[in-house]
Amino acid sequence: MNLPIYLDNNATTPMDPRVLDAMIPYFTTKFGNAASRNHPFGWVAEEGVDYAREQVAKLIGASDKEIIFTSGATESDNLAIKGVFEMYKEKGNHIITTVTEHKAVLDACKHVEKLGGTVTYLPVKEDGMLDLDLLEKSMTSETILVSVMYGNNEIGVIQPIKEIAAIAHKYGALFMTDATQAVGKIPVDVNKDGIDLLALSAHKIYGPKGVGALYVRRKGPRVKVTAQIDGGGHERGMRSGTLNVPGIVGLGKACELCGLEMESEAKRLSALRDKLQTSLLELEESYVNGNTEHRLPHVANISFKYVEGEGLMMAMKDLAVSSGSACTSASLEPSYVLKSLGLSDDLAHSSIRFGLGRFTTEEEVDYAIEVTKKSVLHLRELSPLWEMFKEGIDLDKIEWAEH
Amino acid sequence: MAYSDKVIDHYTNPRNVGTLDKSNHKVGTGLVGAPECGDVMRLQIQVDDNNMITDAKFKTFGCGSAIASSSLATEWLKGKSIDDAMKIDNMDIVEELALPPVKIHCSVLAEDAIKAAINDYRVKNGMAPIESEKVHH
Repeated sequence: MNLPIYLDNNATTPMDPRVLDAMIPYFTTKFGNAASRNHPFGWVAEEGVDYAREQVAKLIGASDKEIIFTSGATESDNLAIKGVFEMYKEKGNHIITTVTEHKAVLDACKHVEKLGGTVTYLPVKEDGMLDLDLLEKSMTSETILVSVMYGNNEIGVIQPIKEIAAIAHKYGALFMTDATQAVGKIPVDVNKDGIDLLALSAHKIYGPKGVGALYVRRKGPRVKVTAQIDGGGHERGMRSGTLNVPGIVGLGKACELCGLEMESEAKRLSALRDKLQTSLLELEESYVNGNTEHRLPHVANISFKYVEGEGLMMAMKDLAVSSGSACTSASLEPSYVLKSLGLSDDLAHSSIRFGLGRFTTEEEVDYAIEVTKKSVLHLRELSPLWEMFKEGIDLDKIEWAEH
Repeated sequence: MAYSDKVIDHYTNPRNVGTLDKSNHKVGTGLVGAPECGDVMRLQIQVDDNNMITDAKFKTFGCGSAIASSSLATEWLKGKSIDDAMKIDNMDIVEELALPPVKIHCSVLAEDAIKAAINDYRVKNGMAPIESEKVHH
């Protein structure tokens, strides 16, 4: 077992060597521009792209013509939200999303507001799930798009996508989902789920960074988005720019591997994740954040009360994880996702996200359990809050000096 | 962001972790910060009849830099008079631990904890608390 151990697979994943093997020829011998129509170098590159398009489409039950390659999920989210708004603003100017979305969605929505659009940011329930009644009540005749993420990056909660899409369609709106964390981890099918637009990224599924895709439905209804990057008219005019052929080939291969291995991998990872979670919950005053029934198989977000997350990560120096504590960020604000679950700031500061992945072994999980337990106990010995809790002092009744 | 060696040293081997009897009139206790902000420091001093600090203890809920700042503060407090201790400046802590700008608030909190502990001791022993007029860096 090599240290440090990587348990931050929601942030990014290592590339699968099989993906790298597929990409390498496209850097050197098959280097052509996929848009060069008049010589074999272009044709070979285009073949690689076409094949990748099929591989991506197959993973999400789409047709290859519905896949637009982009630089990643952030660009896909931007293209979907801004592109739909620009294309359909004559029809209506209202977009609905949730407060737990990734910043790429939230900030694209804020941009739409600057352009004169109206955006409703729906709260979520305590377990992170969207309230469907609330969604339905928020739909208006002006609503053109509902954008709800498939699986949450911080807590792993999976939204009832099919039901959400049905509500959007009932009111004549399109349904878009940022499925960056879900695609390749759990079955996603754009037709069964009723998805009109879907953003995905390669580097979250053991592919390269800097490449992703946007699925744009072509039939029932035919969806159009206004391009956000203008130029040579690539990708059916929706996204100009010379195609990142090696990256796209890597994304395709990554999708193919996920499709083949997802079922067994999800079982393996959820068993490891459950082992980790069960062991860590043996610690007093530790809590899982978010719904545990509708959750991605590889994620566990746990708060260890009376211990601060960044301090804890420093103690677990051989584990690469993340924390909802924002002590590292300039804002000093804890995670907005955790706060939107109604978690108090102190519990948000005490959270650790464990993200397991394809290369995580049971030995590593066992080590992570041991190190985490030891570190939590050590830091609680240093924690005045733990001492006060043990003395039976109600911390909520103390008048803290906010700083 | 990498931590300085001194932060890692204090974090890994924190000095003077513990609790003094806060009901003892020769003990001053400062509890500063707030759980919602992700930092709470409790710093305690034991003072002798000559107003010299003979012992100091801390417990901190917070990041590595907060733990290191309070650990360092206890080291500096021991052997100082309460008047000299009042002069400890947060920027001295920043310098000693090489804290980056985003962690300066940890040193501010440590300075606040020192002043709160001394004032608690002063009030307990019939002295007026010293109001800090300093604007933090």
